[in-house]
Amino acid sequence: MLKVSDLAVSRGGVPVLSGVGFHLGAGDALVLRGPNGSGKTTLLRTVAGLQPPLSGEMMGRDQVAYAGHADGLKSALTVSENLTFWASVFGTGRAQVAAALSAFELEALDDRRAGNLSAGQKRRLGLARLLVTGRPVWVLDEPTVSLDVAAVGLFADAVRSHLGQGGALLVATHVDLGLGEVPVLDVTAYSAASRISAADEAFL
Amino acid sequence: MKALLWRDLALAVRAGGGFGLGLSFFLIVTVMVPFSVGPETARLSVIAPGILWLGALLACLLSLDRIFALDFEDGSLDLLATAPLPLEGIVTVKALAHWLTSALPLVIAAPALGVFLNLPGPGFIWLFLSLLIGTPALSVIGSFGAALTVGLKRGGLLLSLLVLPLYVPTLIFGAEVARRGAEGLAVETPLLMLAGISAGALALLPFASAAVLRVNLR
Repeated sequence: MLKVSDLAVSRGGVPVLSGVGFHLGAGDALVLRGPNGSGKTTLLRTVAGLQPPLSGEMMGRDQVAYAGHADGLKSALTVSENLTFWASVFGTGRAQVAAALSAFELEALDDRRAGNLSAGQKRRLGLARLLVTGRPVWVLDEPTVSLDVAAVGLFADAVRSHLGQGGALLVATHVDLGLGEVPVLDVTAYSAASRISAADEAFL
Repeated sequence: MKALLWRDLALAVRAGGGFGLGLSFFLIVTVMVPFSVGPETARLSVIAPGILWLGALLACLLSLDRIFALDFEDGSLDLLATAPLPLEGIVTVKALAHWLTSALPLVIAAPALGVFLNLPGPGFIWLFLSLLIGTPALSVIGSFGAALTVGLKRGGLLLSLLVLPLYVPTLIFGAEVARRGAEGLAVETPLLMLAGISAGALALLPFASAAVLRVNLR
């Protein structure tokens, strides 16, 4: 579904990661780990197609549903209007909107304006958007920020059912999502800075 | 695409959407002109086409920075860029939404405001037509400027500096159509030039806007 090989990514013109490679098939999940500034977000944005890679190959980019730090909500629109908009952009139907509302327990809020929601409710709405995209590969950047324990549980349920239906997940997170044994990719191993310094030392 | 257009129109007319901002600015400018230049009707009718065109252009400029900045700030521009819509289509739809919510009200209001400035009788239809043909160019050129400055905090000044020189040809030919129309002269040449500018801007600039948006989203 998503295949990445020998990928090098840069942020602000500075290479941050190089030689990254992984493969996600149906039902696979992969967790990215690494300290702040190690390039997780840059890698995720590159995989989502928001920036071009320095080098390397990616396949299956048009299967990706991306959710970053910002939820992309319009505060003047209601909860269901926000979801319905994304459903029509991605060409899915009302059934997905209803399913997404119930998966993140947003039915009671559906005619509330998104601007009046709490931070955690906004995040839940932002994650519910993933369900209405109908895309198989979820690429998520710190999805559980400002969620409480119960909402993290809802999110884990949604992820499990998504993986069960043949979806895939690439996520950068520092908390345990309760998904059981999930492969972890530590991005510090691919840090371009350490490679450059190693090369520099070779010349010293 | 249609969903994006409806969403932008809905956002424009809801609270905080900025609908009517340009229109009220246009109204204020044209109402103030007789106070500043004096109430002689002969003098007013000479400057009316130019003042109305300049007022409409500046009113258009007011709402440009909202075209992409709001979507950029709340993250929806990232999500739109990863959606199955071509970015060229997205920028065209957003320019169209800007035209419908900001420029079209000016086009409709301009003949009414012409009365304040004693616009000569034959000038009304040509003022209306020149604005109708010219303002799409203003929206498309403006959305290109907005795409260029989207990542900048308070990029409004830079946006104006970038866009105003690009607006000059539209202003020259648009105001010329209205002036010649008001004086009863032939309007074909400036009208064709104006239409050419609009058609060229509509055909080329969405690609440029999409290209600079891609760079700014990195």
